[in-house]
Amino acid sequence: MSDAILTIENLNGFYGDAQVLHGLSFTLRKGETLALIGANGAGKSTLLKAICGALSRKTGRITFKGHDIQTTADFEILAKGIALVPEGRRLFPSLSVEENLILGGQVKRPGPWNLNAIHTLFPILKEKRHAPSTSLSGGQQQMVAIGRALMSNPELLLLDELSLGLAPIVIKDIYAMLPQIVGNGMSAILVEQDVTRALASTNQFLCLQEGRISLGGEPKAYTREQITSAYFGM
Amino acid sequence: MAWLNIIIQGVLVGGLYALFAAGLSLIFGVMRLVNIAHGDLIVAAAFLAFAVVKATGLHPLTSLILVIPMAMMFGYAIQHFILNRTLGKDILPPLLVTFGMSVMIQNSLLEAFTVDSRKLQVGTLETASFPLLPGIDIGYLPLLQLIVAIAVIWGLQYMFYNTALGRAFRATSDDSEVAGLMGLDRRKVYARAMALCLGVVALAGVFLGIRANFDPFMGPGRLIFGFEAVIIGGLGNLWGTLIGGIILGVAQGIGAQLNPGWQVLAGHLVFLLILAVRPTGLFPRMNG
Repeated sequence: MSDAILTIENLNGFYGDAQVLHGLSFTLRKGETLALIGANGAGKSTLLKAICGALSRKTGRITFKGHDIQTTADFEILAKGIALVPEGRRLFPSLSVEENLILGGQVKRPGPWNLNAIHTLFPILKEKRHAPSTSLSGGQQQMVAIGRALMSNPELLLLDELSLGLAPIVIKDIYAMLPQIVGNGMSAILVEQDVTRALASTNQFLCLQEGRISLGGEPKAYTREQITSAYFGM
Repeated sequence: MAWLNIIIQGVLVGGLYALFAAGLSLIFGVMRLVNIAHGDLIVAAAFLAFAVVKATGLHPLTSLILVIPMAMMFGYAIQHFILNRTLGKDILPPLLVTFGMSVMIQNSLLEAFTVDSRKLQVGTLETASFPLLPGIDIGYLPLLQLIVAIAVIWGLQYMFYNTALGRAFRATSDDSEVAGLMGLDRRKVYARAMALCLGVVALAGVFLGIRANFDPFMGPGRLIFGFEAVIIGGLGNLWGTLIGGIILGVAQGIGAQLNPGWQVLAGHLVFLLILAVRPTGLFPRMNG
């Protein structure tokens, strides 16, 4: 597929001797947003780890923009154009809000995102730029985590559990900003426990069940029962 | 006045202890590594300065322009080739490896320089002093040690909180996995931290060599003083490390005044007391 930005072929992933990903294959096209759904332990976050080089034991093939990144180290992945918003935000507590953002942009890549653009998207981060990152509310911390990932102007954004631990009103606000965040032709993979919200925000989905793809495609092509069945393996 | 003199002299000695400890504090702060070979590296730096002085005829303090870069390169190399391979969730491998390095450094120094004790000669600077108050004289060398210790701690603190390298150190210390995903190669970050640590170790080694005789086996004793200063001040807090060194120096001075045999013991007792009352030290964590 000529406009494929990410191609995964027969990917197997392991934690020690335990296999957690089993022969995953799929393609993500440029500008596409893919929802990755599945129950706890289905392998969603592990798949993101494998894509960004943070899973040490894996086999298969991961191709990004036509280049094999299967053996690319985690610290080289940002320069390739892949950024992660990790589950639970994982901000650097000893760094201020602004330092967290600057660190995300230390790998210089051309694009629209810089400190000013992040401040325009999330004005509260400009107000609190000198505050310790841990002094922020959960929603504000999520803004920092998203901003930190955007600072490198990625072509593929991996969003792991955006709504985890956030108040419903905050989740609604962040999802309302999603089109702005992943605009400009950026591709994204969104891992989300809230299946309804995830499917409403994306144009493709994959459902994982015990490390295997149980269903995938356009959300509107399947009924709620089919997706529920794939989700729970019933 | 005698007690005031003891306290002032203790503060000055504390500068040297702070230099012993600053590198330990830096390395623990960045990579949570307890370097058992730290004291031996200080002694090795003193021997390196001794060899440089002998080969070039440079003044020991001037020899630092060669000794510091050489020590930093050595630090980068040992972190890159040896210690990076030991770092992980298990704290035992780096402890064992640095213990092994300690034994190897001692025996290498013994082989190269024999068991004889050595000293770096700086002429009249060793004994020169000026009167501060009646009955209280300040030695230029101890004062220089304290000023250098303060400058080193200030410099490290400034680097930590005002430079990209310091940001990388703090981020890697906070969460090395996410720091990697931000493009930081943790192996290089750690190697740079160790290089910086060995730069401070070189300073400590030269001042140690000027102040007293040194031999290949005195490293573990310096390690103890360094550890005590770091723990008294609070793990990972650089200014705390300086204060820890000063408290140790003053405690030893008071102990020596009470009984010459109690000098080192008094330092250990104060360390134990602080550890019992405040197990995390007086000023835990790095704060800007």
